[in-house]
Amino acid sequence: MSDTPILSIEHVGVRFGGLVAIADLHFDVHAGEIVSLIGPNGAGKTTAFNVMTGFLKPSQGQVRFRGTSLQGLQPHEIVRLGLGRTFQRTSVFPDDTVFDNVMIGLHRQGRARVLDTLLGRDRAGEARLRERARDLLDWVGLSGRAGEKAGALAYGEQRLVGVALALATEPAMLLLDEPVSGMNASETQVFVRLIRSIRDRGITLLLVEHDMPMVMEISDRIVVLNYGRLIAEGPPAAIRADPAVIEAYLGHSSAALHQDGAGRTAATETIDA
Amino acid sequence: MIRHIPALALLAALAALPFALGQNPYLLNALITTGIVTIAAMSLNLLLGFTGQLSLGHIAFFGIGAYVSALTSLGFDVELVGGVRVVHEPWPPVVGFLLAVLATAACGYLVGRLSFRVRGAYFVIVTISFAEVVRLVALNWVELTQGPLALTGIPPFSLGLPGLGTTTLRTKLQNYYLVLVVGTLCYALIARLVASRFGRAMRGLKENESLALSVGINATRTLTVAAVISAAMAGAAGSLYAHYLRIIDPDVFLFSTTVTMVIMVVGGGKGTLLGPIVGGLIFGLLPVALRPVMVPEAQWMVFGLVLIAIQFVMPKGIVPGVARLVTRRRASAATAPRIPMEVRP
Amino acid sequence: MPEFLQHLLNTLILGGTYALLGIGLTLIFGIMNVVNFTHGALYTVGAYVMYIAVTALGLSFFAALPTAILGGLLLGAILDLVLLRPLRGADMDTTMLVMIGAGIVLQSGTLWLFGGVAKSIPTPFPDAPLQLGPVSVSWLRLFVLGAALVLIGLTYGLINRTRLGLAMRATFQDHDTASLMGVNVRLIYTATFALGSSLAAAAGALLGPVYVVFPQMGGMAELKAFAIVILGGLGNITGAAIGGFILALAEELGAGYISSGYRDAMGFLIIIAVLVFKPTGLFAKAERIG
Repeated sequence: MSDTPILSIEHVGVRFGGLVAIADLHFDVHAGEIVSLIGPNGAGKTTAFNVMTGFLKPSQGQVRFRGTSLQGLQPHEIVRLGLGRTFQRTSVFPDDTVFDNVMIGLHRQGRARVLDTLLGRDRAGEARLRERARDLLDWVGLSGRAGEKAGALAYGEQRLVGVALALATEPAMLLLDEPVSGMNASETQVFVRLIRSIRDRGITLLLVEHDMPMVMEISDRIVVLNYGRLIAEGPPAAIRADPAVIEAYLGHSSAALHQDGAGRTAATETIDA
Repeated sequence: MIRHIPALALLAALAALPFALGQNPYLLNALITTGIVTIAAMSLNLLLGFTGQLSLGHIAFFGIGAYVSALTSLGFDVELVGGVRVVHEPWPPVVGFLLAVLATAACGYLVGRLSFRVRGAYFVIVTISFAEVVRLVALNWVELTQGPLALTGIPPFSLGLPGLGTTTLRTKLQNYYLVLVVGTLCYALIARLVASRFGRAMRGLKENESLALSVGINATRTLTVAAVISAAMAGAAGSLYAHYLRIIDPDVFLFSTTVTMVIMVVGGGKGTLLGPIVGGLIFGLLPVALRPVMVPEAQWMVFGLVLIAIQFVMPKGIVPGVARLVTRRRASAATAPRIPMEVRP
Repeated sequence: MPEFLQHLLNTLILGGTYALLGIGLTLIFGIMNVVNFTHGALYTVGAYVMYIAVTALGLSFFAALPTAILGGLLLGAILDLVLLRPLRGADMDTTMLVMIGAGIVLQSGTLWLFGGVAKSIPTPFPDAPLQLGPVSVSWLRLFVLGAALVLIGLTYGLINRTRLGLAMRATFQDHDTASLMGVNVRLIYTATFALGSSLAAAAGALLGPVYVVFPQMGGMAELKAFAIVILGGLGNITGAAIGGFILALAEELGAGYISSGYRDAMGFLIIIAVLVFKPTGLFAKAERIG
């Protein structure tokens, strides 16, 4: 891991009129890490993601990716810099097949200009893209579903399509928005393996998640938000014991934080509520 | 190549059609004007069907194309604000065609840039307003456009190759084949576009915009390019119209023609390649079929009722509706039901 | 100067009816999120009902007006029940096209029934205009202004002081929450469409006698109503009212000082300008958080 962080959130604040969604958020992610962003519902996690990926303008502060400020950049420009993301809901193009979904996702890798298209000069490029799409589907384990309409897939499989789309943009870093929410234990394990394989290919990961056992199992570091503020930051063991974090989750069973990742208790369900 | 068979079969049928109809001039005329409006419908489908932007001002591009082409080939002499006098000598109609395409492409560029700021219902209203403003300009700038008195005596196209001589397209048969050729080129263009990376970008934006942005698709650029190509094609159709009818008046901008185009696209099947053509043939020739039995007002009532009925019965249009019936019949003939696969670890 | 005052007076009169048109559309557009392409047809229907009531049915002018408004109310309710209710939840394109179809049917039907010749509606007012210092105004137009203001006032009262109005405002803000609070949202939608249509019919009934009545009169009216709604912001009644007067002013001044042929273009130019520079409308409040 290098010294300069790959992603820096620098004193970011977001206000909607009088409502403070995020207040002075400040943390870094280093290359090669898997960092998880956790916190009770409404803590501002998806808002933070939207700021990082250009879907929302912060009221103050800025985000730096690989040293470049993301201020004022459009989402498609940020993707071009190498920062990709998935979405919590609607992670697919529903009316297209899984294969075509990934082909759409490979937009950045296609270099064809419209004029070339009209004159039919990009055939070789298209063949390369199709091969890449097959590789990506293999990677996430959806090769068997390639010909099916993405909208008809099971929820968990749609998430995999979403990840394939994000990977298609050849990111240096990936933001995953609640990747395993709504999944059962075995589906979650599939995802955990996928996440590890993504990290093994050198892609840095920042996740938002509620599934505590999974978060504890997979993260190098955890950042905890509550009411739009960062209340704790550190390795899983430290977070588990942090009194501020336990208090933030008070009213939900604090036992959830002490799970070893062997399974989920009913308590973790309440955190999702 | 195989999937192009329906389109090729249709092309062959259309090429043979005039002779099957005994070159009846009345029917040929109906086919020619229907064909021209169908080309405009195909261009509307590019925006409406493939990017999901409902542009109800599309007739503006058609009309602008018609007027630009007509004025280029007729010449004009106007005095602008500030006493500046602009005189233009007549140029060959083919140049008019090219200028029409360029002018409407420029208009399409403006619409594309605008559509980024304004979406949904507001976009619909802006496009309608744009068409109305253009119509009022055509109506009132009498010095240039002759207003309601119409531009008359527009010369027909003359096509020629150096050394081979030129032909002036005066007969209906010649014009029919011109329209067929241009229509086929436009169809091929759209088909190629849709199958390309650009086509995928359009689909992505239509189906899930935030997701499309998140994979690096530039919404403004995609919509703008779609608008430019769409407008240019409509402008080309307008030019064909001007040089075939040889008379153009501001009524070319009437909302009713937009409605006809919309019915063609939506009724035929928006977002499909054959949809606007099927819709074009049916709804373009329907008035011809109804004319002996109904007055125009009643015909329009039928149009309106059909438009309503389609939304209830076949909201996706005729081509997808028929395709669904065909696949359903094939599916019921299939053997075992599919067993859902489990998520493999 | 007297010329300017005359324009101002004309603006008030025209603006009042435009405001009615605009308020009706902004209610429908705002609460139901439907691009109502039948609004112009309702305007036309209002004018024709007025015409029939006065000439064929022999009603007095002052009884014909409520008849026309009632006619608009009924027709609006029917349109919603037959066309919109079954399609609730479909995408915007579908509802838009159904409304366009219905608008075509209504306009062509009117043309078919009455023919294209413009009709004029006899009024009980004296022909000689009233002189108010440097400006003159006909009794008819004065009546139109008064009636429009009364109707605007009544609409305000309905929206802001009655339970129905409260339910409509709640549905406008968030129809899911409103239905959880016990609001019969289906009924509100029908009531909204009927109310909006009746206002369009009222505008037609008031302007019909001032000008003439012909089947295509709704087309322009509808486009102007859109302009007003965009000016004032979706669902914003005050904005629509003010927008109506602004449009009337732009038209009057444009026609008076530029050229009368471009009078109608004013509305569209305003639409384009507003949407390019301030897409949420001149009077829109801060955006709600989704």
